[in-house]
This record gives sequence, C-alpha cells and structure tokens, in this order.
Amino acid sequence: MVKKAVRSLKYVYLGLMILFLYLPILYLIVFSFNDFHTGRRVSYANLGLWKGFSLQNYATLFSGEAGQALLLTLEIAAISSVVATIIGTAAAIGIYSMKKGPRNLVLNISQLPMVNPDLVTGITFMMLFAFVNALLTRLSLKQVGDMTKLLIAHISFSIPYVIFSVMPRLRQSSDLLYEAAMDLGCSPMQALWKAVIPDILPGISSGFVMALTMSLDDFVVSYFVSDLKSVLSVYIYSAARGARGVNPALATVIFIPLVTLLLVVNLRRLRKEREYEIQNKKVKLKDKGGK
Amino acid sequence: MKRKYFAYPYILWMVLFIAVPMLFILYYAVNVNGEWTLTKAWATLSDAGRWRILWLSVKMAFETTLICLVLGYPIAYILSNMNKTVAGFLSVLFFVPMWMNFVLRTYAWQAILEYFLPNLLGMKNGTLTGTEASVLMVLVYNFIPFMIMPLYNTLSKLDKSLLEAARDLGANSLITFVRVVLPLSVPGIVSGITMVFIPAITAFTVPALIGNGKYHLYGNEIELAFKTLSGQGDFAVGSTLSLILLLCVLISTLIMNHVDKDQQQGGQMW
Amino acid sequence: MKKLLALLLALLMVLSFAACQKEEAGEAEEEADYSFADGDQYEQIGGELNILNWGEYIDEELITLFEQETGVKVNYTELTSNEEMLIKLRAADSPYDLCFPSDYTIEKLLNEDLLQPLDMSKIPNAKNIQTRMLEVTNTFDPGNKYSLPYMWGTVGILYNTTMVDDVVDSWDILWNEKYAGQIWQYDSVRDAFAVSLLRLGYDMNSTNPDQIEAAKQELIKQIPLLKGLGTDNIRSSIINGKAALAVIYSGDAIMCMDENEDLAYVVPKEGSNLWFDNVVVLKNAKNVEAAHAFINFLNDGNLAARNTEYIGYSTPSQAAMDRLDEYYTKSDTFNPSDEILSRCGVYHDLGAFIEVYNKAWDEFKAAMGSNN
Repeated sequence: MVKKAVRSLKYVYLGLMILFLYLPILYLIVFSFNDFHTGRRVSYANLGLWKGFSLQNYATLFSGEAGQALLLTLEIAAISSVVATIIGTAAAIGIYSMKKGPRNLVLNISQLPMVNPDLVTGITFMMLFAFVNALLTRLSLKQVGDMTKLLIAHISFSIPYVIFSVMPRLRQSSDLLYEAAMDLGCSPMQALWKAVIPDILPGISSGFVMALTMSLDDFVVSYFVSDLKSVLSVYIYSAARGARGVNPALATVIFIPLVTLLLVVNLRRLRKEREYEIQNKKVKLKDKGGK
Repeated sequence: MKRKYFAYPYILWMVLFIAVPMLFILYYAVNVNGEWTLTKAWATLSDAGRWRILWLSVKMAFETTLICLVLGYPIAYILSNMNKTVAGFLSVLFFVPMWMNFVLRTYAWQAILEYFLPNLLGMKNGTLTGTEASVLMVLVYNFIPFMIMPLYNTLSKLDKSLLEAARDLGANSLITFVRVVLPLSVPGIVSGITMVFIPAITAFTVPALIGNGKYHLYGNEIELAFKTLSGQGDFAVGSTLSLILLLCVLISTLIMNHVDKDQQQGGQMW
Repeated sequence: MKKLLALLLALLMVLSFAACQKEEAGEAEEEADYSFADGDQYEQIGGELNILNWGEYIDEELITLFEQETGVKVNYTELTSNEEMLIKLRAADSPYDLCFPSDYTIEKLLNEDLLQPLDMSKIPNAKNIQTRMLEVTNTFDPGNKYSLPYMWGTVGILYNTTMVDDVVDSWDILWNEKYAGQIWQYDSVRDAFAVSLLRLGYDMNSTNPDQIEAAKQELIKQIPLLKGLGTDNIRSSIINGKAALAVIYSGDAIMCMDENEDLAYVVPKEGSNLWFDNVVVLKNAKNVEAAHAFINFLNDGNLAARNTEYIGYSTPSQAAMDRLDEYYTKSDTFNPSDEILSRCGVYHDLGAFIEVYNKAWDEFKAAMGSNN
C-alpha cells in the first residue's frame, strides 16, 4: 500500500513539474488562436483577454519585423555554425598534436566563452567593436556593420563547443592515421580529409549541432553586439516591452517543429537502444542458462 | 606539414576575438574618453547602492539554485530509476523547453502572472508581477532544466550493483540514499550548481519582464550602463561592474572546482 | 512519421486558408475613407524606404497605400525610447531614411549633424500644419528647416476612477501611500525627472544639480509605492484594471480611455511637458525622394485624420482637425485648452548636463536594491 502510494506520488510530482514547464508554452499556443483586434488595431499586449477565435495571428505572423528577424536568425545560425565547425575541427586536430604546455594554455583560453556569463561575452564584443569602429572612423575607413559583428560573435562563442566535442573523438582515434596516410603519398589535406575526418565524424557532427543550437538560442550576446539588426530573440525582447507585444503564434511555429524533430530523433535512438538491450538480454540469458 | 599548424587559424581567431576582448573590460574601466583615470571606477565601486544590488542578486541566484536543486533532484532521481524507454521519453519532455526561446517563455509568464492567475483567483485589480517571489519563480522555471540535466546524467550512470551491495549489507533505502547515492552524485550536483548559479546572477530579462522594471538586479545594472544611458553607454561604469562580476565568477568556480576535486580524489564529504 | 508530417502540412494549409478568408471578411467590414484630400497624384519612385518609429504609431493601412501609390517598399522598425533611437541612428551604416524623434532628441541630432534640411517644395501638404504648432517646434528646430511636427501632446496622469477616490489634479497623488503598488512611473530619464522636478516646483529643464538631487531623492521615496517602471507596456496594464494611476502620454491615454470607460486623464496643476514628435530625414538617407513623398503623404488632410483616429495621438494638421468629429476636437486630452497648454513647457537638449541626469537616474535605479 505504502509503496503504491509512493509510486503514485512520484507520478503526481513528475506530472506537476511537467505542467509547470509547459504552462507558458500552452498558454501562448491557446492565445495564438485569440482575436486581438480592438477596433481596427491589433494589440498582442492584451494577452489575458479572450475575445474570440481567430486564425489571423498565423496569417500575419511573418509579415514585418518578426519575419525579418527569423530570416536573420536562420542565416546567422547557418553561416556561423558551418564556419565554427570548420575552424573548430581544424583547431582540435592541431591542438591535439601540440605539446602539453601550449595545449593546456590554448584549451584554457578556449574555455572562457563557456565559463563566462553570456553577459560578459556580450559586452566584451560590444566594446571590441566600439573600439575598432572608432579606430576605423579615425582612419576614415568603413565601419564594421551588424552582420559582420553578429557573425564574428556567434562563430567565436560556438568554436569552443566544436573543439570540445571533437577532442574526445580524437583521443579514441589512432594517432598514426595521419602519418600513415602521408606515408602512403597523401598530401596533408588529403590525409586529413580521407583518413582523419571520417574517423572523427560523429564528434564533428555533434559539435555542429551544438554550434547551431548555441547560435539559434542566443539572446544576450546578439542583444549587446547588434545596433540595427534584431535576431528573433532580440526582436521578442523589444516587442515584449513595446506597445504591440509579441504575436503568440510564434510559440506554435517554434514548438511544433521542435517537438516533432526531437521526437523523431529520440524515438529512433530509443528504438535502437531497445534492440540493443534485447540483444544483450538474449546474450545474458544464454550465458546464465536461462534464469 | 605538421598537424599542429591546423590550429593556427583558430589561435589567431582566439587571440583576436576571445582573449583581446576580455582585456577591453580592464581597458575601459580605467580609460574614459582616451584619458587614464580611476575616478569613474572608484565612484562606481564606492556606490553603496550597487553593492546592495550585487548582494540582492547573489541572494536571488543562491535561492534560485537551491530551489532548482531541491525540486530538480527528485525528478532526476525518479527518472534514473525508471524503465529506460520511459525515462528516455520523459527526459526529452523535461529538456524540450530549453530549446524554446526563453525570452518568449518569460513573456508568457508575464501574461500569466499579470492576468491569467490573478483573474483565476478572483483578484480583479490584483496582479502577481513585480514581486520578489514571482521573479524568483520564473528564474527557477528558466534554470531548472539545467539542473536536472547533469543530475540525470550522473544518476543514470550510477553503478546499480553498489546499491545492491549496500542493501545486502543491511542498509535501508534511506541510508543507502544518504551514504551511497548522494555522495556519488556530487559531480552532477556541482555541475548543476555551476550551470545555474552564475547565469542566475546575470539574468536581466526575467527581472525586467516579470519585475515590472522595478526589480533591478545586477544584470540590469550592467545592461543600463551599456545600453540605455544617453544612448551611448557608459563603458567605464559597465566595465567596473563587470570586473566585480568576473571576480564573483572566479570565486564560485574555484569553490566548485575544490568540491569537485575533493570528490574525485575519493575524499569523503559525508 | 511521414503520416504525421503530412497531417501537419495539411493542417497548416487549412489554417492559412482559413486565415486568408478571415482577412477578406475583415476588410469588407471596414469602410474607412483613404482618399486624398486634395486629389494628390504620386509618381512611381521605387526603391526602399527605411523608417524608424515608435510602437503602434502609424495606421499600417497608410504604409500599404503609400507602397501602392509610389512602388516604394517600406521597411518599418519599431522601438520604445529616444535613447534607443540614438543608438540606431549613430550606428555604422545605419540604413534609416526617416524617423520620428521627440523635440529634445531633434536638438541633439542637429548638434551631431545627423539630419538633412527638408525640401519644402516637395512637401506642399505642409501648409496644413497649424502655425501655432510651428511656433513651438521653432524653439528646438530654428526656422523649422529640418523637421515637421507629426504628432504632439502632453504628459499627464491616467487613472482608474473606480480605484481612485481622491481628486486627481496634482503630481502629489503619485506619492500617496494609499495607492501603493498601483502606480506606474515612466521608465525614461527625462519624463520621470520632469514629474519629480515639477512636483517640487522646479523647472523641468533644470540645470541646477541640487534640484536634480532633490528630485532624485523624491523618486527614490516613490519606489516602494510603484507597481513598476514602464513605457508602452503600461497601456495594457491600466486598460485591464491592473493599476490605478500611471504617468502617460496624452495619445496613449486616449487609446486607453477608448478601451476602458473608467479611465480619466489629467494634466496636473504644477504643469507638465508639451512634447512633439517630428518627422526628420537622416543625413545619409538613401531614398531622399521617397522620404519627402512620404512626409507629404502623411500630411494629407484626410490621411492625417485617419492616422490620428487610429493611433489616438493629436495631429498638428488643421486640415485633419477639420475632418475629425467632436469626440476628438472637444476632448481636453486630444485638443487641450489654452489654459492647460499655458501650464506646459517643452524639453530642451541639456547638452553635457544630461550626464548629471543620467548619473542621478543610475543612482535611482541602484537604490531599488534596498527599497523593495
């Protein structure tokens, strides 16, 4: 009896916490079907007043600033994660073959963007670009624009994540691969491309996914770095404090694809794990002679 | 060509965009409009209001971390003891919100606390925003997945035979938990705390949106210095504030490393 | 999984289809008149026009109409404070052609040489603007060479008559402990300090450090009574009865009173701010022709009337006033009497002295740590 009560208590607790985590998302999704008209005006700021069912919010979702912000976010994420993966992978391969002293130094500095609060990373970039732009103006050269600033910042905070996901793979891979390929007549590039990269590919791809997530998720760094262009999260922050509020339909169009993607990936992984487990069990059963 | 050359483009990048920018915090703290001076930094340091805000922020971050740990540990523990398939599914459920834009979720909480909950509770002119409790709650909301994740990772890798051994030696489940599970999960606790505490000190969107701009924490103070003052930012004030912040980060990292090392060297904490 | 995706796609298609239908239905209901007052003809200009403006500060229908008339693609960005606007205008390769800064910010932009003089021959509709308006804007834009008024109004107190039973005629009520937790202060240096300075009987353009200090002390005393510091977000809060009193711009007040009958607006007896948001063309504007056409377009008597009805702010255009009904023209909020206006003054750019304000503002915010 007690055990049963404890067990059901467990599920109640898990359920409550899941409700807590999903309440704001559900709230936005429900209100994405609300009619936000007052007269001819549309104001999302009245996010507590149900006025009737409407699909208008979905029709107007990506017109104007929100659409531009979404495009910019995707653009920055795509470019920065590819560049960060290339530089980061090359860096990991290089750092791995360094001597212990310099290697530790480089690795420690690389950890800075991961250890530092985003706020500090953001303001350091803000000051760097302010300094550089003041210098460029004095030399009557063209200043660095928002797109460049955003890309440099995003690449910089993404590279360490790539390095630290590729390094463990390198440790598992054989040191001799590169030299062996060179001995067989490959150029350094070929050796890298044909021998080393395929071996560490899982590390590279997880590094790429990390870089992509970091870029898509970023708010603080972009907020401090850009003056003119807003990525999606920066747009949301200023709209949330502004007159019009944020179109809640945004939550639905982020949430549904996200959940679908994660479910697909995880179900596939789970199925694999399950098969693996069953195999294992069979082996064990055989070993133990059936228990 | 030696392999280490592959790292050179990155090392150049790292120096330019990771190491040098950090030095700008120092530079701008003592260089005001091209003049070397300590007056602004000193004025910032000697303002008692700022220290009170730092204290309030550290206190809020500490409470956030503690609540996240207390609420998150049971979740991680329950999940780690479940059938693997169910746990896998449920853990995904717990981590999905992390990928949803947190500013958007905080915005939703603002509406819930300003309109939905008060109206539900029959407070026609009442509201739940702008209070310490509401800011704290939304901070916990934002950070709890970051506490559950490392705890779950550690607990689910725990060697179950150790628990069986403890039970075989006559320990009841409470003693097993306190003497075996808890000490073994310290690495998870440590990384959970580091993932929550520092970001919580610097959070500025939650106080701004949930605290009605009245709950002004250390992150807001830095944001104000860099972003809003007269439209050009006061780098000297902001840099000095950031230096203090970095000092806090350093101290808490050192403490955490110390705890972690003790544990790894097999030192008994309990 | 594929089935699920197909299902989702189908759902999305249904949604967007239904949304389109709804939009058409919506258009049929409205019969607002968007014809040109003087039968203006616009030439095809083409290109893009980048506009920076405050939130909910234009009838979007006007943008669509302008795009149709001139073939110009309008990129419209919204923000919440003059300080933010300065950041964007000063930025490297700032793309903006046109923006709507307030009085003291125009002085600042002029001092920083960021504006270009308007070519009045391309803005014939400027004739619609009342001369008494131009007399005031003359004080911050000498000769009205660089800007034309877009909207104007006062700063005052918006309050909920069901929640406030005292007479509201003074800034003092914002320091009344009876309404603790129900008061919104404005989250902008100049506005918050103006309220506090005027209440103490000082000039809102004060450059006396002692007066600034006194005003700061009063603002700090007010912190425990505040619901919060806000800007545009104050509106929905007070419309929904979640606050009793708020410092607010007259145009916002009209919009709120439209939606909630219990609200009333007062310009306190100690005086207040008379403000102007003027339209300016930036010095490095790329589409100067489209910018001028847009300014002319906004000053069309009929369109200006539609615009002012939509956003609730007062128009400086006489031609528009002639087209508005009594609900607006008889309103003390929309069209303040001379008696009210005589109490009000305009903000001026304080030059380097703004640093004193900024420092005091920063100290006020820093004081929040101990007053909560």
